[in-house]
Amino acid sequence: MNRTRGALARTGQYLALVCYLVFLAFPLFWLLSTALKSPQELGSVDPSWLPRHPSLDSFSAAFEQQPLARSALNSLIVAGCAAAVSVAVAVPAAYAMVRYRSPVSKAATGWILVSQMFPFVLVIIPLFMVLKGFHLINSLTGLVLVYVVWNLPFALWMLQGYVRAVPASLEEAAAIDGCGRFRTLVSVVFPLLTPGLVATVMFSFVTAWNEFFFALVLLKSPEKQTMSVILTHFIGAEGAADLGPLAAAAVMATLPSLLFFALLQRRLVSGIMSGAVKG
Amino acid sequence: MRRRDFLTTTAAAAAATGATTLLGGCGSGSGGDSGPLDYLSLAWQKESIEVNKALVAEWNKANPRSAQVRYVQGSWDNVHDQLLTSFEGGAAPDVIHDEANDLTDFAHGGYLADLRGLLPASLKKQIPDASWDMASFAGGVYGVPFLQEPRVLIANRELLEKSGARTPTAQHPWSWAEFEDVARELTRGRTYGVAWSMKEPVNQSVNLALTTGGAVFHREGGKNVIRFDRADSHVVELIHRQVHKDRTAARSALGMAGSDTLPGFFAGRYAIVPLNFSFRQQVEQQAPDGFEWVTLPMPAGSGAPGGGQLQGVSPQTLSISQDTKRKKTAMAFIAFMTRPRHMARLAEGDWLVPTGRDALREPALNTAEHGWSTGLRIASDLRASPVLGVRGYPEWKDKVATPALQEYYGGSISLSALRDKLVEDGNRILARYQR
Repeated sequence: MNRTRGALARTGQYLALVCYLVFLAFPLFWLLSTALKSPQELGSVDPSWLPRHPSLDSFSAAFEQQPLARSALNSLIVAGCAAAVSVAVAVPAAYAMVRYRSPVSKAATGWILVSQMFPFVLVIIPLFMVLKGFHLINSLTGLVLVYVVWNLPFALWMLQGYVRAVPASLEEAAAIDGCGRFRTLVSVVFPLLTPGLVATVMFSFVTAWNEFFFALVLLKSPEKQTMSVILTHFIGAEGAADLGPLAAAAVMATLPSLLFFALLQRRLVSGIMSGAVKG
Repeated sequence: MRRRDFLTTTAAAAAATGATTLLGGCGSGSGGDSGPLDYLSLAWQKESIEVNKALVAEWNKANPRSAQVRYVQGSWDNVHDQLLTSFEGGAAPDVIHDEANDLTDFAHGGYLADLRGLLPASLKKQIPDASWDMASFAGGVYGVPFLQEPRVLIANRELLEKSGARTPTAQHPWSWAEFEDVARELTRGRTYGVAWSMKEPVNQSVNLALTTGGAVFHREGGKNVIRFDRADSHVVELIHRQVHKDRTAARSALGMAGSDTLPGFFAGRYAIVPLNFSFRQQVEQQAPDGFEWVTLPMPAGSGAPGGGQLQGVSPQTLSISQDTKRKKTAMAFIAFMTRPRHMARLAEGDWLVPTGRDALREPALNTAEHGWSTGLRIASDLRASPVLGVRGYPEWKDKVATPALQEYYGGSISLSALRDKLVEDGNRILARYQR
């Protein structure tokens, strides 16, 4: 009886999981399906789930019309650098804020919260002026700096939680075993922070990869524009859109994020610290 | 639009706090004294981008280093915010492709150069006064209107012929009453006579008011005021009647954008779709094999000026940033881009109607194919949209007119409630901008 109930519960769980996966995957599936359809099929009043005559024409048109490969490379550079710098700055900062409690760390925590309340439209013009003063308009470096500043508060906030979860007793044990502060950080704390680092890198990367408005305003040269900006070039006035190539370009824009997530997701596995401290 | 307001406020705040002093010595315009001039183009269709790039290359080949132009690809989405930030930051493109509707605030803000002293006589002469009116605000000319987009009817030829209705021409369009009759004839079974796509209802409702002698925006005592009298509301009422009383217009289409109506059009659910002229490109591209369509002029009002065929438009323009130091070079580039042959090529690439007299006569455009001749023939009936140059129009459009018209078309409010909202709330907004 119990076994039957257990099997039913498990089936229900799997069913719910499958529904959730379908819910998550459907937009991607529809995007891909749209990208593979012909203009006539896209204009049909009875849309089909799968393309009746799959074709890569929309992909070739998208690559022909806009510099997709170059913009993808730009996005990769900007998002990669922004993620790396954000984490490089956030890790020691988060560690210091958690381990060294002081009025400064409290003020910094307050500042993180306050900084999340500013909508970007409020800062864009002053930011533009500052970057112009440093000759960083129309520069990928300037955009990376903006993304680092934009991502940093949330990255710090995320990492603080992970640092707090690392038992201080582990560091004390390392100190008793003769580790210096730096060695303790590198050999004990950072490995335990891996899931947090991965989550923060992914957050920073995806945020920078998807960001549109800063990139639109700060980058002027076509050869420097990022993927999110290039996507809008398939849309005209009053909502008219070149739907096939737009969908194809959107598929191309989605792939790197998916790939990045696929590569890093196993590092997110939690429970890495289970059993580290007894008693 | 909320973001636009925000940005405007932010811009003002930045200026007020002295942030503009940061700009001192930062130079002006992206080109400065040397280096290429930046040309921000909003072309988005493949053919149009190709023509723009080819013309820039041609210009660069024929001109010295000091007059080189760099093609910068912009996007219609967010162009206002992008430009405002660039203007405030002192790094705006030198030559700007935009829409006349978007120029009002920039012209009043002093961001755009007044072109009156720069325009070559040949260019001035080539474009009709009615078109120059579309880019003239506050006593200046702030853009060269070069492409325009009328509203047309795109009809299913087979259904139209079957109905036995007269096929209208630019010389003899349907009257609005005749159009209502034809829509009744065409409504059979699951087929609606017409599908009004009203996701963005304001511009078309205002611009079509000209056909019945209305304008919605009127000048009284040197100020802009909103009225919604019989002539202003005639077309709006007609659409409402077709949806709710005659049931000759599909109610489900009211929430659609123009391109959303095309699948239903191809499937024979809608016999006629009123759309912007450039939508012909999508129709041509997406229509199933064997589907025949025809481009017709919008119906005309009776007893209205211009035989009831006048229609408001907001043309695409080329402007020069006030900060640009090489305004004459920028103007020479604009004159090059708007030479008759070039203007016609740009129009062809974007499926739009050129403004230039000679460009309208270009053989490449004068063909019956894809409805080109219909668009070219109604070009002389196009006038400045009543909304052009009206400060506060974007706010009225977003906060008042769009929701009010959508409610009215959807049947939620009456005509008098619509009038109250458009006029009373609207005039309060306009008054703030005209103190």
